[in-house]
Amino acid sequence: MFDTREPLIPSVGVVTDIRIDTPDVKTFRVVTPDGKKPFDHRPGQCAMLSIPGVGEAMFSITSSPTNTEFMEFSIKKCGCVTEWLHSMEPGQEITIRGPYGNAFPVDTEFAGHDMLFIAGGIGLAPLRSVINYCRHYRDRYGKIDIVYGSRTKQDLVDYQEIIEEWSKDEGVTVHLTIDREQPEWDGHVGFVPNYVKELGFSTDKIAVLCGPPIMIKFTLAGLQELGFDKTQVYTTLELRMKCGIGKCGRCNVGSKYVCKDGPVFRCDQIDELPDEY
Amino acid sequence: MRKVSLDKLDQLFAGIASRETLYLPVDTAAGAKYEKWAEGKQLSDALNTVRSPKDFFFPQTENLMDFKVEGKKIEIIDTREESEDFVIFGVRGCDVKSFEVLDRVFLAEPADTYYKNRRDHATIVSMACLKPAATCFCGTFGIDAASPEGDVVCHKTADALYLDAKTEKGEKLLAALDSLTEEADAAPVEEQKSLIHERLAKLPLAGLKADAFGSGKTDEYFDAPEWKELSESCLGCGTCTFVCPTCQCYDIKDFNTGHGVKRFRCWDSCMYSEFTKMSAGQPRLTQLERFRQRFMHKLVYYPTNNDGLFSCVGCGRCVSKCPIQMNIVKVMKKLGGRANV
Repeated sequence: MFDTREPLIPSVGVVTDIRIDTPDVKTFRVVTPDGKKPFDHRPGQCAMLSIPGVGEAMFSITSSPTNTEFMEFSIKKCGCVTEWLHSMEPGQEITIRGPYGNAFPVDTEFAGHDMLFIAGGIGLAPLRSVINYCRHYRDRYGKIDIVYGSRTKQDLVDYQEIIEEWSKDEGVTVHLTIDREQPEWDGHVGFVPNYVKELGFSTDKIAVLCGPPIMIKFTLAGLQELGFDKTQVYTTLELRMKCGIGKCGRCNVGSKYVCKDGPVFRCDQIDELPDEY
Repeated sequence: MRKVSLDKLDQLFAGIASRETLYLPVDTAAGAKYEKWAEGKQLSDALNTVRSPKDFFFPQTENLMDFKVEGKKIEIIDTREESEDFVIFGVRGCDVKSFEVLDRVFLAEPADTYYKNRRDHATIVSMACLKPAATCFCGTFGIDAASPEGDVVCHKTADALYLDAKTEKGEKLLAALDSLTEEADAAPVEEQKSLIHERLAKLPLAGLKADAFGSGKTDEYFDAPEWKELSESCLGCGTCTFVCPTCQCYDIKDFNTGHGVKRFRCWDSCMYSEFTKMSAGQPRLTQLERFRQRFMHKLVYYPTNNDGLFSCVGCGRCVSKCPIQMNIVKVMKKLGGRANV
């Protein structure tokens, strides 16, 4: 009987590296105790991380599936589990289970298209996986635009990777913005939704949005003003989760479970859900 | 069809208990409840148990696994144990149906092995409801209290208990009890079924229809103005979800014993404000939204995902236990419109 794997029983993972991204975001590198990537995943999928005695929580997998050596999670400090994660040292073991959820349709709907990625704050975490996937298979996609904004320069996650790698790629254009002027910043200043409208993208592409709900709402409206149809725009939803497999009931919105039917939704599909996310 | 005379019920129970653990409803000061049978324990004649039998498969609290934490090291200890074989005797038709509702959640891939383990080892002996109550509305969901489902189906008459095996598991159980039972004519059972049908037709909720609800009706009801009035008095106590045989939402929490960490699964309730609360926000801010979630799930969302099957079996527990007398019947009447007035 118990040869069968129980989905709620996790595996041990080791945090081998902790990178400080912003004052409240750190990126954690996780491998198995024998140094391998914990499991395969697709861009946009999530994993449950836990610290026994503290709790378990769902995080989007930040690293690309094309990375076969380890998994990364960019995590903002904002609750019990994340506070604990932020206070730990490399070498610490945690538990990990997954992958959960659907994924961005990178090999179907996205294939062959120009891509527009739009993120706000920690919203870059789930997008980094798909951005790096598209960069890895560069010839499968057209032009890539990335619009990323944060409160301040210090709050931009993955700043180094963006400047040193993404910006230097052929056919990839990065547009950064911060909410308010600050001395060491000579880039764009202003909120993401307005910046997207200012940049005025042509509508022959697929847009992927991720960030705080308010940013998603206004950016989607801005994209529609530019002529985008909701069927061209993808985003991810976030709700409280306990099981990750559509059984505990927490992330139920309408007839969907965000943990298994999401977290990736096309914006016209979101319209069909009751407004409870 | 087999039968055993009522004065030999104890022998029948002893016969079952000699093979596997037997649970049956017994009367207690706090109402009928399932207990492990032992010499002297009498089968309750109460229509139903206060708590539903979902505990047998989905206990209120259960240890999922343990952890040993030493410095930076973690050891995960699989605490699962193979369940013993057991018989649940005297399950009413509504509650038998609730197992199917739960199965579709817990046995869907990837299956919950804790639940599946107990389900695989259980034999369900159901009991027809000779005296259905004013709070009963199983018929609304197509359940026949006179002919419940189950591995073995029982009808209790004035002098005998009739047993009919419906599945392989049921046949196995009855075969083992062969010497304690005798071959029976089905006529008394058919007679009782007719009597039950007559009684069911006279119940106050006999006319309650679920036709207005079901798959794909989210838009029809989600923004209905009636939710406000319906939910206004709701205390958010969660009693309805706890006595409900089909409510299956759960929480997972860790407990540090000082010698290690135990991870538990506990029943939870969508009626509680903490249920959906995240550090990033709270999608259901008011009791109206939580209340609506419970009933929309039972009457619309669940059927949408499960071939039209409703996540209510009409057992009436919430009808009798809600401290403010609000329940799914009132919700259906109010929202379901003309058909249910």
